[in-house]
Amino acid sequence: MGGYILKRLVSAVPVLLGITIIVFLIMSLIPGDPATAILGSYATPENVEKLNRDLGLDKSMVQRYFIWLGNMLTGDFGRSFSLNRPVIDEVLERFNATLILAGTSFVLCAILGILAGVASAARQYGLADKAITFVVLIGISVPSFFLGMMMILLFAVDLRWLPVSGMFAIYGGGDLPDLINHLIMPALALAAVATGVIARLSRSAMLEVLRQDYIRTARAKGVPERRVIMGHALRAAMVSVIPVLGIQAGFVLSGAVYIEIVFQWPGVGRMLVDAILKRDLLLVQGGVVFVAACYVIFNIVVDAAQSLLDPRIKT
Amino acid sequence: MSGFLKLLFRNRLAAMGALVLMIILALILIAPLLPLQDPDVTATADRFKRPFADGHLLGTDHLGRDLLSRLLWGTRLSLAVGIAAALIAAAIGSAIGITAGYFGGRTDNIIMRGVDMLMAFPYILLALAIVAALGPGLMNALIAVAAVNVPFFARNIRGVTVGLAGREFIDAARLAGKGHMRIILTELLPNVLPVIIIAMSTTVGWMILETAGLSFLGLGSQPPQADLGSMLGEARSALISHPHTSIVPGIMIFLIVMSINLLGDGVRDALDPRLRSGALSRPRATTLVERTGDIPARTDDLLAIQDLHTEFHVGSRIYRAVGGVSLAVKPGECLGVIGESGSGKSVTALSVMGLVASPPGVITGGAVRFQGEDLIGAPYETLRRKRGDRVAYIFQDPLSTLHPLYTVGQQLAEAIQSHHKTSNTEARAHAIQLLSDVRIPNAAARADNYPHELSGGMRQRVGIAMALANEPDVIIADEPTTALDVTVQAQILSLLDDLRRDRGLAIIFITHDFGVVAQLCDRVAVMYAGRIVEEGQTQAVLDAPAHPYTRRLIACVPELGGGRRELAAIPGLPPLVDDLPPGCAFAPRCDKAQATCRTGEIALAGTAPRAVRCLYPEVTV
Ligand code: SF4
Repeated sequence: MGGYILKRLVSAVPVLLGITIIVFLIMSLIPGDPATAILGSYATPENVEKLNRDLGLDKSMVQRYFIWLGNMLTGDFGRSFSLNRPVIDEVLERFNATLILAGTSFVLCAILGILAGVASAARQYGLADKAITFVVLIGISVPSFFLGMMMILLFAVDLRWLPVSGMFAIYGGGDLPDLINHLIMPALALAAVATGVIARLSRSAMLEVLRQDYIRTARAKGVPERRVIMGHALRAAMVSVIPVLGIQAGFVLSGAVYIEIVFQWPGVGRMLVDAILKRDLLLVQGGVVFVAACYVIFNIVVDAAQSLLDPRIKT
Repeated sequence: MSGFLKLLFRNRLAAMGALVLMIILALILIAPLLPLQDPDVTATADRFKRPFADGHLLGTDHLGRDLLSRLLWGTRLSLAVGIAAALIAAAIGSAIGITAGYFGGRTDNIIMRGVDMLMAFPYILLALAIVAALGPGLMNALIAVAAVNVPFFARNIRGVTVGLAGREFIDAARLAGKGHMRIILTELLPNVLPVIIIAMSTTVGWMILETAGLSFLGLGSQPPQADLGSMLGEARSALISHPHTSIVPGIMIFLIVMSINLLGDGVRDALDPRLRSGALSRPRATTLVERTGDIPARTDDLLAIQDLHTEFHVGSRIYRAVGGVSLAVKPGECLGVIGESGSGKSVTALSVMGLVASPPGVITGGAVRFQGEDLIGAPYETLRRKRGDRVAYIFQDPLSTLHPLYTVGQQLAEAIQSHHKTSNTEARAHAIQLLSDVRIPNAAARADNYPHELSGGMRQRVGIAMALANEPDVIIADEPTTALDVTVQAQILSLLDDLRRDRGLAIIFITHDFGVVAQLCDRVAVMYAGRIVEEGQTQAVLDAPAHPYTRRLIACVPELGGGRRELAAIPGLPPLVDDLPPGCAFAPRCDKAQATCRTGEIALAGTAPRAVRCLYPEVTV
């Protein structure tokens, strides 16, 4: 097992390198003089000169890439001009908030999606199945940002159950109940689409598995039906659900950008959008590389979970 | 094609999606002709008019612009941009995919590596990086969304191309001296095109949503030009005071995405034949029972199947798999049930404990009595308590009948714990004991193996051990040795025989092999087309088969006990049980058939225990 994870980690190295190369290439698409473009309205002559030196614009592209890569490996992602602080500090701080939001959403969509799918399959064509299928259809069709806005109207403005936006109350907040209070709406809005996708997939995976001979064997030996569904069938269905969880995690992370804007959540997505609008490109570049790297590593964890579940995968 | 469309629109939801989409498309196509106000003319005096205000059907926005007009023009722009992005992504992605798939080797390797790396990004990071480099703007957002979707097309199209590139017509074109470019354009592309179009239709809704999303973030269309996303984005600051400005564009996005989703689901269902036949229905915990007619009276047999009728209801067709079968066993007795596949022998066996998959299976008549108690129509819990405890099954092909993700020890322990309250350690010890009972060497270590780690014979022993777990009174073995080679088969048979003698087990042994029956069974029943055509003591039947079918079955076995042999030597095929001819079902294949054979019902007659269902039997019984 440990060897397997190690092997997967090693195989992630080229992917991580690839990510840096892609980001580097995209950033070299910047039209015109990069230093001026990056600095935008912060372009004082000495800033431009310093950045030119930092970027090593006198050097070749390959050299520049390796200098950039080397700097990142030592934790130096450059300096944000709009915030006037090291990029990595800002990214880490913001990533924390994103992780709370996206992590909660991910757990929610995995649990709700699988439960809904199982319930749907267990009562195929029953009332619960039809209701779940309908809600899922709506869930995967509402853009998350619109859903978020409608939730604000209903739960914050009309019913006054939950705060409109932000991560903590401005006065007297900051503790865990306050965080949870602020987290409920954005986490649910963000989880909606992924929940729908996972529910659909779990339903069809369960239906597929329930027709297998080993389910008949379980029934033939007198295993109670609840255990047949929640044990035998669910475990086998998870084999096809888990890889999709990894993919959905990417969608949740992507959707977080919109949700952070709608709910003014101080996460890395909102930071990126602000940075783009302010043309703070070093901040964008650092943020993108960092989050993408985290996502790659997360997917290794998903793979490991898969190999724990399925003994047929060579470890 | 018309069949496909019929199928598609029989799906009411898909038809609804198509309708909504058509209406939206029609509206935006005729938008320039409608008497709409200029979407960009501001009128600060008319700010935030509510819907249905005079002159503004949907009200006005924060600059007093007519929302209906902006909505239609915005939808136009959103759809145009989304479709353009889809076209660009499809064109570039397909070009890359075809190149990789056609040339293969290193080219393929390098390209696909790059594609994998692009797919390692959460898509929005890539889109944001591109917009960041190029600067915000609708054109750049379009480029970003297209670029993000290129890898998806590249990977799909490559897969299809690889499949095609090895085919003869490509080789032929090459030999004919055509250049690569010409082969790709004239031979490959026409074959790949349908896949490209399907991939496009599944992603276009997504790309509309994505460009709207970037505009919503302020990174796409810039004022005064507005698509649905930027309308929603601009309205957001007035969300609480004037929600209608947000709701109008939001609902439009929702409608577009939902109708495309519905249509896409409909297309997928119409293309997937498995969903059509309803084969994806889940089997219930017990077979459905819809009994008509009298319930036969109890007997003193251990297990008695009485005039059992089991049918499969598929759509409007009814397959009579079992048409009135009666069988019985006493303790310590072994009854063989023999027949070709499709004769109804397995369905009979599965009906006993309500294990026929349902839907489509339905038990429509008769009784199954265990110690006198009727199990058909018994409540689920009554049945479950007997399953595996009093009446246990051994199935064919234990690779598919054992759960792949539990160790064999766990599966054995579960069989015990489903009927007895025992601790996990006790159950495990018992499981190991069972494994050594069926002569599995090194049982303790084997208990921790998964089924795929064992040999076929070993797996079948596990299947037997599982059936023995609760010391049942009856074991129903459904072709338990078919998948095994001759020596292993012999071992398994002698194991079953020992168990029967030692424990007084009654065994119902389902097989298509008379050799196996001769070795193991006291009595035998021959099934054909869902009915018993002959029964009697094994030796008596072997010595003097009465039914022409039985005679031919026995003639097929050159040497009794000689391993697996299909019954293909009998000319003709068993009849389909949804359309049985009147009279004898075997008549079309029988060399003694007379006109009288094809008229009326033929009774199973003879002096017990022998009986035969034939007008002109080989011997009188
Ligand atoms: S009833 Fe007639 S057709 Fe049927 S098996 Fe006997 S002889 Fe052949």
